[in-house]
Amino acid sequence: MGVSDLPEGSTTRRIEVTVNGEVRSAEVPVRLMVGDFLRQNLKLTGTHFGCEHGVCGACTILFDGRAVRSCLMLAVQADGHEITTIEGLALSTDTLHPLQEAFCRTHGLQCGFCTPGMLTTLIEFLEDCPDPTPEEIRVAISGNICRCTGYEGIVAAALEAAEVLRARRAGAA
Amino acid sequence: MKPPDFLYYDPQSVAEAVGLLASLENARLLAGGQSLMALLNMRYAFPDHLIDLNRIDALAGITREGDEIRIGAMTRQRDIEDSALVRDGLPLLIEALSHVGHRQTRNRGTIGGSLCHLDPAAEQVAVANNLDAVVEIAGIRGERRMPVAEFTVGFMTTALEPDEMVTAVRFPILPKGHGFSFMELARRHGDFAIVSVAATLVYDGAGKVERAAVTLSGVDAVPLRMVEAEAMLAGRVPDEALVHQAARTAAGIEALEDAMVPSWYRRQVAETMMRRALVAADARANKGH
Repeated sequence: MGVSDLPEGSTTRRIEVTVNGEVRSAEVPVRLMVGDFLRQNLKLTGTHFGCEHGVCGACTILFDGRAVRSCLMLAVQADGHEITTIEGLALSTDTLHPLQEAFCRTHGLQCGFCTPGMLTTLIEFLEDCPDPTPEEIRVAISGNICRCTGYEGIVAAALEAAEVLRARRAGAA
Repeated sequence: MKPPDFLYYDPQSVAEAVGLLASLENARLLAGGQSLMALLNMRYAFPDHLIDLNRIDALAGITREGDEIRIGAMTRQRDIEDSALVRDGLPLLIEALSHVGHRQTRNRGTIGGSLCHLDPAAEQVAVANNLDAVVEIAGIRGERRMPVAEFTVGFMTTALEPDEMVTAVRFPILPKGHGFSFMELARRHGDFAIVSVAATLVYDGAGKVERAAVTLSGVDAVPLRMVEAEAMLAGRVPDEALVHQAARTAAGIEALEDAMVPSWYRRQVAETMMRRALVAADARANKGH
């Protein structure tokens, strides 16, 4: 392959990303993080940036259905892909996702900073593991730091939501 | 926006990627990004050119080839964990992956990225070392293969030439019924290991060890094969005294020291974990096979 055939380097790119079911496009600098793209370009500020180097888990989003850290991915890498953020979890404006309802009931949050990351992580986990043990839940959220709750309410919320989701699935079947 | 400025490339093929690598100064390859993106955010790395491998579909995938399992460099750790082929053929790798970061990082992180980043505590590198895996390498001058032990040259340093990249890792499948264990000590689940140990034991029909492999990781710049211990175990039926004797070889290693963990502590933990891993591997083996 000759040097002239090689792709050119970019400083900005036009990207098209499906965010919470809606196609969004923008011209972005190549070094923009996907989390910053969501917060700054799309004003979806529910995704929180904590440590910004892949430790705290607050910025977790669903990327093609998988929980990933949005501080460790470039916006250009999301081109052509699907993203779900905390804003896309509720079933409608007045009906929360069963996991969100469980967090409210069991005091799974206090300040709420880690909550978007907890929810996105747990939604993917509960799809994979619909009937988890408390220990499995603790391992699943081991990459999400919460400084308020002591995690007990979060584990309780996940257990409760798992039960609701199982019942719903059984009802639908 | 925290990474320093760079020019971004997303080649569609390995040929394009190595062509770019060979023609650009100060270029870095971006695999799953679970280490490199953090290094960029923290401004520890300043590449002028960032070559993103995530659009090269041919680099991902798991296949069985004869007595080996070949894992493409861009295969995500999560896909390896979910692979029936790997669960069946490389149980040591599955056990090791449960210690690699967290769910969110394994969803993006790749086996090739981990091998090339070469953190001293990297679990996948320890497993590759333990199983005598072979790395497939591509460059503009062609392809070559290299045993992992040669590939891991020193602290975060591989044997790759500047125009080369890893395209796959080939793991030999050990015979059915072999014993295996991967254990790790870290301050919190998913943290970098203070010490980890990978042990595999293959037995002959009479319950004697035919092949013993013990790898310590996190204790030195690259995974350390405990050849003295392996030689003690070879040809013998392991019992408590023999396992203790083999584990005591860890007392002689030159262990890394850092602000949190003194060298003597790593050595002590290494010995204990080696003993436990050998006991676990031996107990798990199906020697009647």
